[in-house]
Amino acid sequence: MKAPRRPPEPVQVIKQRRDATLRALVEGVPYIQYLGMQFERKGDELTGVLPFDQKLIGNPMLPAIHGGVTAAFLEVTAIITLSWTYLWEDVESGAIDTATLEAGGLPRLPKTIDISTDYLRSGLPRDAYARARINRSGRRYASVHVEAWQDNRNRLFAQATGHFLMPQRRE
Amino acid sequence: MATKTDIARQFIEAIPHSKALGMRLTDMGEGTSTIEMPYDEKLVGDPETGVIHGGAVSALMDTCCGAAVMSHPASPGGTATIDLRIDYMRAATPGQSITATAICYHVTRTVAFVRATATDEDTDNPVAAATGAFTVETAR
Repeated sequence: MKAPRRPPEPVQVIKQRRDATLRALVEGVPYIQYLGMQFERKGDELTGVLPFDQKLIGNPMLPAIHGGVTAAFLEVTAIITLSWTYLWEDVESGAIDTATLEAGGLPRLPKTIDISTDYLRSGLPRDAYARARINRSGRRYASVHVEAWQDNRNRLFAQATGHFLMPQRRE
Repeated sequence: MATKTDIARQFIEAIPHSKALGMRLTDMGEGTSTIEMPYDEKLVGDPETGVIHGGAVSALMDTCCGAAVMSHPASPGGTATIDLRIDYMRAATPGQSITATAICYHVTRTVAFVRATATDEDTDNPVAAATGAFTVETAR
């Protein structure tokens, strides 16, 4: 006879764990806070959001977002999405310790090996959005593609491909 | 009299984001530039170690490469990044400023090719390297 299946957890319990994990990842990094970046979550899908701010300008004449800000926005979206995917199973099973996370015990983050950014259009003085796709994630290395847009989802203003070194699980 | 480097310094330091990150142009030649970025806690990417986030290094590299393009005699106008690849060789030492040096090694009528390296106080071991292509815009 099959063991009885565990009933699904109440929605607020799982949501609380998912949101606490995401919050710890995003709020624990000073540079993400400095850029003013946020993340929106729909199930396991993340969208990076960069609200426009004067300090993000690189060309005051146009005006346009600084190329370095665009690169940083894509890189942060890649790292957070990668960490989030890496932690997902533990979040779902409840193995993750949200109390430690909330006390600032940040999980170890992937490290960027290299990232190549294509600038397709100038970044307008508008909010920007980005989503990352993990093309390969092995035990040690991961390859991630990120796309960023502003007003229209199918008119990208930048894209990037990066390689990352995954944190090694503590035995 | 204001030298070309002085004018370039004012120009770079007037870029809101470069200014926000405390970037300072320390040298400029014909197609070369050096920009320094002081250590700042707000730029930290890993709170456990205090290491600066790669994104801030990207902003420094992008600014420095753009400055090298604009300093090139064959590139009279402004410029925009077409693509920029950054390799991160090691974590920058917390507390030390990061200095990027860029060289615009080839310019066509439309494209400028640039490479750059960034170091902290240990100048023999680069923190990061970059290669990029930039637009060449005619002077207005």
